[in-house]
Amino acid sequence: MSSKRTSAVADQRLFRQHAPVFAALSDETRLSLLATLSAGVPCSISQLTADSKMSRQAITKHLRVLETAGLVRAETAGRERRFQLEPRPLGEARAYLDLVSQQWDEALTQLKKLVETDE
Amino acid sequence: MTLPIEQDRIEKRIELKAPISRVWSALTDHREFGPWFRVDLQGLFVPGQTSRGQITYPGYEHLQWEAVVQKMEPERLFSFTWKPTAIDPKKDYSKEPSTLVEFRLRPKGERTVLTLTESGFSKLPFDHRDEAFRRNDDGWTDQMKNIERHVEQAN
Repeated sequence: MSSKRTSAVADQRLFRQHAPVFAALSDETRLSLLATLSAGVPCSISQLTADSKMSRQAITKHLRVLETAGLVRAETAGRERRFQLEPRPLGEARAYLDLVSQQWDEALTQLKKLVETDE
Repeated sequence: MTLPIEQDRIEKRIELKAPISRVWSALTDHREFGPWFRVDLQGLFVPGQTSRGQITYPGYEHLQWEAVVQKMEPERLFSFTWKPTAIDPKKDYSKEPSTLVEFRLRPKGERTVLTLTESGFSKLPFDHRDEAFRRNDDGWTDQMKNIERHVEQAN
Protein backbone atom coordinates (compact mmCIF):
# COMPACT_ATOMS: atom_id res chain seq x y z
CA MET A 1 0.00 0.00 0.00
CA SER A 2 2.79 2.44 0.80
CA SER A 3 4.13 2.26 -2.74
CA LYS A 4 0.66 3.09 -4.05
CA ARG A 5 0.51 6.12 -1.82
CA THR A 6 3.86 7.15 -3.22
CA SER A 7 2.23 6.97 -6.62
CA ALA A 8 -0.50 9.35 -5.52
CA VAL A 9 2.08 11.80 -4.27
CA ALA A 10 4.10 11.42 -7.44
CA ASP A 11 0.93 12.00 -9.39
CA GLN A 12 0.41 15.32 -7.71
CA ARG A 13 4.01 16.26 -8.23
CA LEU A 14 3.72 15.47 -11.91
CA PHE A 15 0.68 17.64 -12.20
CA ARG A 16 2.31 20.54 -10.43
CA GLN A 17 5.32 20.11 -12.59
CA HIS A 18 3.21 20.43 -15.69
CA ALA A 19 0.80 23.14 -14.69
CA PRO A 20 3.14 25.97 -15.75
CA VAL A 21 3.85 24.17 -18.99
CA PHE A 22 0.15 23.97 -19.88
CA ALA A 23 -0.35 27.60 -18.89
CA ALA A 24 2.66 28.70 -20.90
CA LEU A 25 1.29 26.91 -23.96
CA SER A 26 -2.11 28.55 -23.75
CA ASP A 27 -1.10 31.57 -25.78
CA GLU A 28 -0.77 32.01 -29.54
CA THR A 29 2.31 34.25 -29.36
CA ARG A 30 4.17 31.81 -27.16
CA LEU A 31 3.22 28.89 -29.39
CA SER A 32 4.51 30.78 -32.39
CA LEU A 33 7.77 31.61 -30.58
CA LEU A 34 8.19 27.92 -29.80
CA ALA A 35 7.45 27.03 -33.41
CA THR A 36 10.20 29.40 -34.55
CA LEU A 37 12.65 28.03 -32.02
CA SER A 38 11.78 24.43 -32.90
CA ALA A 39 13.92 24.87 -36.02
CA GLY A 40 16.82 24.37 -33.61
CA VAL A 41 18.63 27.66 -34.24
CA PRO A 42 19.16 29.83 -31.13
CA CYS A 43 17.59 33.26 -31.66
CA SER A 44 18.07 36.66 -30.05
CA ILE A 45 15.17 38.82 -28.89
CA SER A 46 15.77 41.12 -31.88
CA GLN A 47 15.48 38.22 -34.32
CA LEU A 48 12.33 36.97 -32.66
CA THR A 49 10.82 40.47 -32.61
CA ALA A 50 11.58 40.93 -36.31
CA ASP A 51 9.51 37.81 -37.10
CA SER A 52 6.53 39.12 -35.19
CA LYS A 53 4.16 42.07 -35.15
CA MET A 54 4.69 42.56 -31.43
CA SER A 55 6.96 44.93 -29.56
CA ARG A 56 10.31 43.86 -28.22
CA GLN A 57 8.94 44.38 -24.73
CA ALA A 58 6.00 42.05 -25.34
CA ILE A 59 8.24 39.36 -26.85
CA THR A 60 10.59 39.66 -23.87
CA LYS A 61 7.67 39.12 -21.52
CA HIS A 62 6.49 36.02 -23.36
CA LEU A 63 10.02 34.63 -23.45
CA ARG A 64 10.23 35.07 -19.70
CA VAL A 65 7.05 33.00 -19.25
CA LEU A 66 8.47 30.27 -21.49
CA GLU A 67 11.80 30.38 -19.69
CA THR A 68 10.19 30.06 -16.24
CA ALA A 69 8.16 27.08 -17.46
CA GLY A 70 11.41 25.52 -18.64
CA LEU A 71 10.30 25.50 -22.27
CA VAL A 72 13.16 27.67 -23.50
CA ARG A 73 16.68 28.18 -22.28
CA ALA A 74 18.77 31.33 -22.74
CA GLU A 75 22.49 31.55 -23.33
CA THR A 76 24.45 34.75 -23.28
CA ALA A 77 26.53 35.33 -26.40
CA GLY A 78 28.49 38.56 -26.08
CA ARG A 79 25.99 41.26 -25.16
CA GLU A 80 23.04 39.29 -26.43
CA ARG A 81 20.91 36.55 -24.99
CA ARG A 82 19.99 33.78 -27.38
CA PHE A 83 17.02 31.57 -26.77
CA GLN A 84 16.60 27.93 -27.66
CA LEU A 85 13.92 25.34 -27.26
CA GLU A 86 14.03 22.92 -24.35
CA PRO A 87 11.98 19.96 -25.61
CA ARG A 88 11.82 17.92 -22.41
CA PRO A 89 8.94 19.65 -20.56
CA LEU A 90 6.73 19.27 -23.61
CA GLY A 91 7.34 15.55 -23.59
CA GLU A 92 6.64 15.38 -19.89
CA ALA A 93 3.41 17.35 -20.19
CA ARG A 94 2.34 14.95 -22.90
CA ALA A 95 3.17 12.02 -20.63
CA TYR A 96 1.02 13.49 -17.87
CA LEU A 97 -1.97 13.80 -20.17
CA ASP A 98 -1.31 10.24 -21.32
CA LEU A 99 -1.61 9.14 -17.71
CA VAL A 100 -4.92 10.97 -17.23
CA SER A 101 -6.06 9.52 -20.52
CA GLN A 102 -5.16 6.00 -19.37
CA GLN A 103 -7.18 6.49 -16.18
CA TRP A 104 -10.20 7.48 -18.26
CA ASP A 105 -9.78 4.40 -20.44
CA GLU A 106 -9.87 2.30 -17.34
CA ALA A 107 -12.99 4.01 -15.93
CA LEU A 108 -14.82 3.75 -19.25
CA THR A 109 -13.95 0.05 -19.48
CA GLN A 110 -15.60 -0.42 -16.08
CA LEU A 111 -18.65 1.53 -17.25
CA LYS A 112 -18.88 -0.60 -20.39
CA LYS A 113 -18.81 -3.78 -18.30
CA LEU A 114 -21.55 -2.42 -16.07
CA VAL A 115 -24.02 -1.40 -18.78
CA GLU A 116 -23.38 -4.34 -21.10
CA THR A 117 -23.63 -7.18 -18.62
CA ASP A 118 -26.70 -6.38 -16.57
CA GLU A 119 -29.38 -6.66 -19.22
CA MET B 1 8.58 18.57 -33.53
CA THR B 2 4.86 18.77 -32.93
CA LEU B 3 3.61 21.33 -30.46
CA PRO B 4 0.78 20.17 -28.22
CA ILE B 5 -1.62 22.95 -29.12
CA GLU B 6 -4.56 20.61 -28.69
CA GLN B 7 -3.43 19.49 -25.26
CA ASP B 8 -5.94 21.49 -23.33
CA ARG B 9 -8.29 18.52 -23.51
CA ILE B 10 -8.66 14.78 -23.49
CA GLU B 11 -11.38 13.21 -25.58
CA LYS B 12 -12.59 9.60 -25.67
CA ARG B 13 -15.35 8.00 -27.71
CA ILE B 14 -16.78 4.63 -26.87
CA GLU B 15 -19.70 2.62 -28.27
CA LEU B 16 -21.76 0.77 -25.68
CA LYS B 17 -24.01 -2.19 -26.37
CA ALA B 18 -26.81 -0.77 -24.25
CA PRO B 19 -29.71 1.60 -24.82
CA ILE B 20 -29.21 5.26 -24.03
CA SER B 21 -31.54 5.16 -21.01
CA ARG B 22 -29.36 2.46 -19.43
CA VAL B 23 -26.16 4.47 -19.99
CA TRP B 24 -27.79 7.63 -18.68
CA SER B 25 -28.67 5.91 -15.45
CA ALA B 26 -25.18 4.41 -15.06
CA LEU B 27 -23.75 7.94 -15.40
CA THR B 28 -26.15 9.96 -13.32
CA ASP B 29 -27.49 7.65 -10.61
CA HIS B 30 -24.86 8.13 -7.91
CA ARG B 31 -25.28 4.52 -6.71
CA GLU B 32 -24.33 3.31 -10.19
CA PHE B 33 -21.68 5.94 -10.88
CA GLY B 34 -19.74 5.04 -7.74
CA PRO B 35 -18.71 1.47 -8.59
CA TRP B 36 -17.34 2.11 -12.09
CA PHE B 37 -15.77 5.48 -11.26
CA ARG B 38 -14.48 4.03 -7.98
CA VAL B 39 -15.89 6.51 -5.53
CA ASP B 40 -18.32 5.98 -2.67
CA LEU B 41 -20.92 8.74 -3.05
CA GLN B 42 -23.32 9.92 -0.38
CA GLY B 43 -25.99 11.80 -2.26
CA LEU B 44 -27.80 12.46 -5.53
CA PHE B 45 -26.28 14.44 -8.37
CA VAL B 46 -27.97 17.81 -8.60
CA PRO B 47 -26.90 20.56 -11.02
CA GLY B 48 -25.14 23.39 -9.19
CA GLN B 49 -24.46 21.26 -6.14
CA THR B 50 -21.28 19.74 -4.84
CA SER B 51 -21.05 15.98 -4.78
CA ARG B 52 -18.75 14.44 -2.19
CA GLY B 53 -17.52 10.95 -1.53
CA GLN B 54 -14.63 8.73 -0.61
CA ILE B 55 -12.41 7.51 -3.43
CA THR B 56 -12.27 3.70 -3.65
CA TYR B 57 -9.58 3.49 -6.32
CA PRO B 58 -6.86 1.21 -4.92
CA GLY B 59 -4.09 3.29 -3.37
CA TYR B 60 -6.15 6.48 -3.32
CA GLU B 61 -8.68 5.49 -0.64
CA HIS B 62 -7.45 8.20 1.74
CA LEU B 63 -8.72 10.88 -0.64
CA GLN B 64 -12.04 12.68 -0.83
CA TRP B 65 -13.78 13.09 -4.15
CA GLU B 66 -15.40 16.44 -4.73
CA ALA B 67 -17.12 17.64 -7.88
CA VAL B 68 -19.65 20.32 -8.76
CA VAL B 69 -22.39 19.00 -11.02
CA GLN B 70 -22.87 21.39 -13.96
CA LYS B 71 -25.40 20.07 -16.46
CA MET B 72 -27.85 17.20 -16.53
CA GLU B 73 -29.73 17.19 -19.83
CA PRO B 74 -31.50 13.80 -19.80
CA GLU B 75 -29.95 11.21 -22.12
CA ARG B 76 -27.81 13.91 -23.75
CA LEU B 77 -25.29 15.58 -21.50
CA PHE B 78 -23.93 15.11 -17.99
CA SER B 79 -21.07 17.33 -16.83
CA PHE B 80 -19.19 18.25 -13.70
CA THR B 81 -16.13 20.23 -12.72
CA TRP B 82 -13.48 18.89 -10.38
CA LYS B 83 -9.95 19.55 -9.32
CA PRO B 84 -7.55 16.90 -10.51
CA THR B 85 -4.79 18.50 -8.42
CA ALA B 86 -6.64 17.94 -5.14
CA ILE B 87 -4.67 15.00 -3.90
CA ASP B 88 -3.30 16.09 -0.52
CA PRO B 89 -6.08 15.57 2.07
CA LYS B 90 -4.56 18.20 4.38
CA LYS B 91 -4.57 21.02 1.87
CA ASP B 92 -7.35 23.46 1.00
CA TYR B 93 -7.97 23.37 -2.74
CA SER B 94 -11.06 25.55 -2.79
CA LYS B 95 -9.32 28.33 -4.72
CA GLU B 96 -7.63 26.05 -7.25
CA PRO B 97 -8.97 25.98 -10.81
CA SER B 98 -11.03 23.05 -12.04
CA THR B 99 -11.19 20.99 -15.17
CA LEU B 100 -14.53 20.28 -16.85
CA VAL B 101 -15.65 16.70 -17.45
CA GLU B 102 -18.44 16.15 -19.98
CA PHE B 103 -20.24 12.97 -20.96
CA ARG B 104 -22.24 13.31 -24.18
CA LEU B 105 -24.63 10.61 -25.34
CA ARG B 106 -26.01 9.84 -28.78
CA PRO B 107 -28.17 6.85 -29.78
CA LYS B 108 -26.95 4.51 -32.51
CA GLY B 109 -29.70 1.99 -33.13
CA GLU B 110 -29.98 -0.09 -29.98
CA ARG B 111 -26.56 1.12 -28.91
CA THR B 112 -25.16 4.30 -27.40
CA VAL B 113 -22.18 6.37 -28.40
CA LEU B 114 -20.55 8.03 -25.40
CA THR B 115 -18.10 10.89 -25.84
CA LEU B 116 -16.09 11.91 -22.82
CA THR B 117 -14.06 15.11 -22.68
CA GLU B 118 -11.98 16.59 -19.91
CA SER B 119 -10.82 20.11 -20.66
CA GLY B 120 -9.21 23.11 -19.02
CA PHE B 121 -5.68 21.87 -18.37
CA SER B 122 -4.21 25.08 -19.76
CA LYS B 123 -6.25 27.25 -17.40
CA LEU B 124 -4.14 26.20 -14.48
CA PRO B 125 -2.48 29.27 -13.07
CA PHE B 126 1.06 30.08 -13.90
CA ASP B 127 2.05 30.68 -10.27
CA HIS B 128 1.18 27.06 -9.60
CA ARG B 129 4.77 25.91 -9.79
CA ASP B 130 6.58 24.67 -6.75
CA GLU B 131 10.06 23.47 -5.97
CA ALA B 132 9.43 20.08 -7.54
CA PHE B 133 9.13 21.90 -10.82
CA ARG B 134 12.34 23.84 -10.38
CA ARG B 135 14.24 20.74 -9.38
CA ASN B 136 13.72 19.24 -12.81
CA ASP B 137 13.96 15.86 -11.20
CA ASP B 138 15.79 13.02 -12.90
CA GLY B 139 13.71 10.51 -10.96
CA TRP B 140 10.74 11.57 -13.01
CA THR B 141 10.96 8.79 -15.58
CA ASP B 142 11.07 6.15 -12.84
CA GLN B 143 8.05 7.65 -11.11
CA MET B 144 6.21 7.63 -14.39
CA LYS B 145 6.91 3.92 -14.78
CA ASN B 146 5.74 3.26 -11.21
CA ILE B 147 2.48 5.00 -11.91
CA GLU B 148 1.96 3.18 -15.18
CA ARG B 149 2.60 -0.12 -13.44
CA HIS B 150 0.21 0.88 -10.69
CA VAL B 151 -2.52 1.80 -13.13
CA GLU B 152 -2.05 -1.45 -15.04
CA GLN B 153 -2.14 -3.59 -11.91
CA ALA B 154 -5.31 -1.91 -10.75
CA ASN B 155 -7.19 -3.37 -13.71
